[in-house]
Amino acid sequence: MTTYRISHLKHLEAESIHIIREVAAEFDNPVMLYSVGKDSSVMVRLAQKAFYPGRVPFPLLHIDTSYKYREMYEFRDRFCEENDLDLVVHGNRKAVADGANPYDLGTQACCGLLKTRALLDGLNAGGYDAAFGGARRDEEKSRAKERIYSFRDAFGQWDPKNQRPELWNLYNARLKKGESIRVFPLSNWTELDVWHYIYYENIPIVPMYFAREREVVDLNGTLIPVKNFPFPKALAGKPVKKIMCRFRSLGCSPCTGAIPSTATNLEGIIDEMVSVRTSERANRVIDHDQEGSMERKKREGYF
Amino acid sequence: MTSLTEKLKEEERKGFLRFSTAGSVDDGKSTLIGRLLHDSKNVYEDHFKAISKDRRADEQPDWALLTDGLKAEREQGITIDVAYRYFATAKRKYIIADTPGHEQYTRNMATGASTADLTIILIDARNGVLPQSRRHAFIASLLQIPHIIVAVNKMDLMDYSEEVFNSIRDEFGDFAARLQVSDIRFMPISALMGDNVVERSERMPWYNGESLLEILDNIYIDSDRNLVDLRFPVQSVLRPDQNFRGFSGQIASGVMRKGDELMALPSMKTSKVASIVTFDGELDEAFPPQSVTVTLEDEIDISRGDMLVHVHNRPRIERQFEAMVVWMDEDQLDVDETYYIKHTTQTTQAMISELRYRVDINTLSKEDADTLVVNEIGRIVFLSHQPLKYDAYEKNRATGSIIMIHPVTNRTVGAGMIIEREPSEALPARMEHGEGAVTHRDRKGKVELTERMERMKQRPVTIWFTGLVSVGKRSVAQELERRLFDRKAHGVMLDGGALREGLSRDLGFATADIAEHLRRMAETARLLNDHGQIAVCSVVSPEAGLRRQARDIIGKERYIEVFLDAPLEWCEEQDETGLYAKARKGDIKNLAGVNMPYERPEHSDLTLRMDQVDVNTAVEQILDLLETRNIFHN
Repeated sequence: MTTYRISHLKHLEAESIHIIREVAAEFDNPVMLYSVGKDSSVMVRLAQKAFYPGRVPFPLLHIDTSYKYREMYEFRDRFCEENDLDLVVHGNRKAVADGANPYDLGTQACCGLLKTRALLDGLNAGGYDAAFGGARRDEEKSRAKERIYSFRDAFGQWDPKNQRPELWNLYNARLKKGESIRVFPLSNWTELDVWHYIYYENIPIVPMYFAREREVVDLNGTLIPVKNFPFPKALAGKPVKKIMCRFRSLGCSPCTGAIPSTATNLEGIIDEMVSVRTSERANRVIDHDQEGSMERKKREGYF
Repeated sequence: MTSLTEKLKEEERKGFLRFSTAGSVDDGKSTLIGRLLHDSKNVYEDHFKAISKDRRADEQPDWALLTDGLKAEREQGITIDVAYRYFATAKRKYIIADTPGHEQYTRNMATGASTADLTIILIDARNGVLPQSRRHAFIASLLQIPHIIVAVNKMDLMDYSEEVFNSIRDEFGDFAARLQVSDIRFMPISALMGDNVVERSERMPWYNGESLLEILDNIYIDSDRNLVDLRFPVQSVLRPDQNFRGFSGQIASGVMRKGDELMALPSMKTSKVASIVTFDGELDEAFPPQSVTVTLEDEIDISRGDMLVHVHNRPRIERQFEAMVVWMDEDQLDVDETYYIKHTTQTTQAMISELRYRVDINTLSKEDADTLVVNEIGRIVFLSHQPLKYDAYEKNRATGSIIMIHPVTNRTVGAGMIIEREPSEALPARMEHGEGAVTHRDRKGKVELTERMERMKQRPVTIWFTGLVSVGKRSVAQELERRLFDRKAHGVMLDGGALREGLSRDLGFATADIAEHLRRMAETARLLNDHGQIAVCSVVSPEAGLRRQARDIIGKERYIEVFLDAPLEWCEEQDETGLYAKARKGDIKNLAGVNMPYERPEHSDLTLRMDQVDVNTAVEQILDLLETRNIFHN
């Protein structure tokens, strides 16, 4: 009858719960980065499972660049409300007020200000000594080298050549004042695992992941929706097409494009995933603006 | 969409294999992985485009670019950190820990190996066996990776020569024979050209084995999960309100059931499991690697770092312990320093009582040492402030592993595998130079097993009879013991029922009790084997996991499983014990075949249909098997 075996997904789930509990037990003031995306949704569910029947004992932190899609903000507020989660929102207000944007600054400088700077300030402001992130090793080459506990110096910087060895499931949580740890409980999950889990667990996600007809402009192969786009000038003169499309990963509206797709529900997305031939972040302008750009951003303190 | 449901079911059935790769700096590891990913159709188009950039159409893409993720690596053309890769075939899901072979990064190899079920050691056919290859084999054996594949790479540059392959295989095989490695296989490949990676190569017709991916897909992975010894390290105490007090953690080994009597360590207080709580509902039982929250019937004092175990199956609880330590820090070991030790969920400080010796990885000899520098391995005796609740690493990876943390730099400086400790007086304070191979289970006494084997003229094995009640296990075991004696062999019969009247008289028939009973029988058999005796065990042993456990205790090379098979109805007809009748009436529980499943062995060394052969024929067949295995030396 019983073989004492569990599925691959349950295996990953158990490992992630173990990590989340270790962090909650060993750090004074952890926080969970919440990006509103599907991986965040999964990570929050794992945190709920880790502390059930109690509530999640740490807050969620959303680093808001102000350029997220409206649907994301709506989803975020409803999701936290319904799940009894404490949400902290932090943004680089000064840079936003100064009108920082990728067209004037370039994507690198813009990300540096609105994401990396805002993140470091947000972590400092809260005095957090551990921050969970939903990154997975299968996303990008330099992520593949990241530890589950990623040590950061007092400036939040990652030194890939000086990572702590990580053996078995024994994580080293010892820090000096000012240092911190980024923790990646989804390290061993693949994109497909995440979708399967969302499907099995019935986890709510932003509707932008589902295909519908959207009016878009094709910018070098990236489909940018025109509705509510904050920089209409950038799209001026370009032909607007109406096509069935969806978002494979969510980011800022100027830098995250949609992909053509007819997947209007989870079944469709998973079907598409099984046959998909490009990587998840291919629709992110920021990742391939320069060879090694993700690694560089991480060294500077990005997730 | 029914097709999706089916697809998901298919996914569910897929096995899960973690493997690491190791090799010297230019052996072509990254190329092999790139090739594996690409040829099994696990590389995305945009990634493939990136590595084919600046290449002519007739040139091979630079496969290594797929895995060498860091800028410094791409510049220097070497791999400097562990990279994790994920891919899937129709049969299995894989996690690869791609670890560097460069000497200064050997510690990363240990990191990658710590969670692996299998490791691939790459050897450059042009260079043959290098010190680095030996080092990796040694670390793989130290970290107890069950399977090693030695892939002789770059065969394309050696004209696919069989002689080249054979000479490397023989040289490496000689070295590996001195290590504790249970399964080692050799194969010729060319990662660059794709020979024997995914498809079998036509360019090496002299190699008849499977391709690398076929081996990965088909290899029988012994789960290193231990389902016998319940170990539940408490991660945290969950107390959301006045009415709930639960202990959260991940089951490290063993099976915990509702109602089980547990003991909290180190307090030794006992209570029963009231509930096993999860977000998805309560469970009747929990097993590794599940993460659960347990509530107990009584309020006993338990905190993080404590451990819940079965009352009759406890780990060692001691402040003094010994471990083989891989040193990982640029700063050398300071024997006068007090380090932090993290073991399961417990962190305590520990002093170094003694650095017994350092192992020369190339010759496997033990040498005197005052310190360990980065990438060196030595045996350390620790004295900790708080007692650890540990098992030997060999028996339990989860409760036998430690990391050492420097109290000032906070770096992880060492990784340790706790070893079965002998009484300290039996150990010499210092080891002589140039002694033989390091064995993980040093034996007691002054009589070597080889001496006993010579005198007894036999190789000690354990013949393990499994089968339903009344299938005839005892009769066959009795007859076998008699026949062994008559031919002047030395055998001892261990009968499950008889053991229950003595050694196991404190045990009942709950599932955990059955597990503990089997563990005791296996340990006894091992003891007999260690002293040259053949053990003949007859015990129902209904669960495959428990039989595997018994085999692991006894040793794979010594364990011979004989499945006595017969239909349940036939056994019931033969029954003189009355157990079946009682079970049918519901008077007794956990009778295999009636109200507990009997998991039929799939890989027995011998299966005998007891309703079709008599006892003498059965024993003849067993003796024939022992003959073919060269058990008797006269």
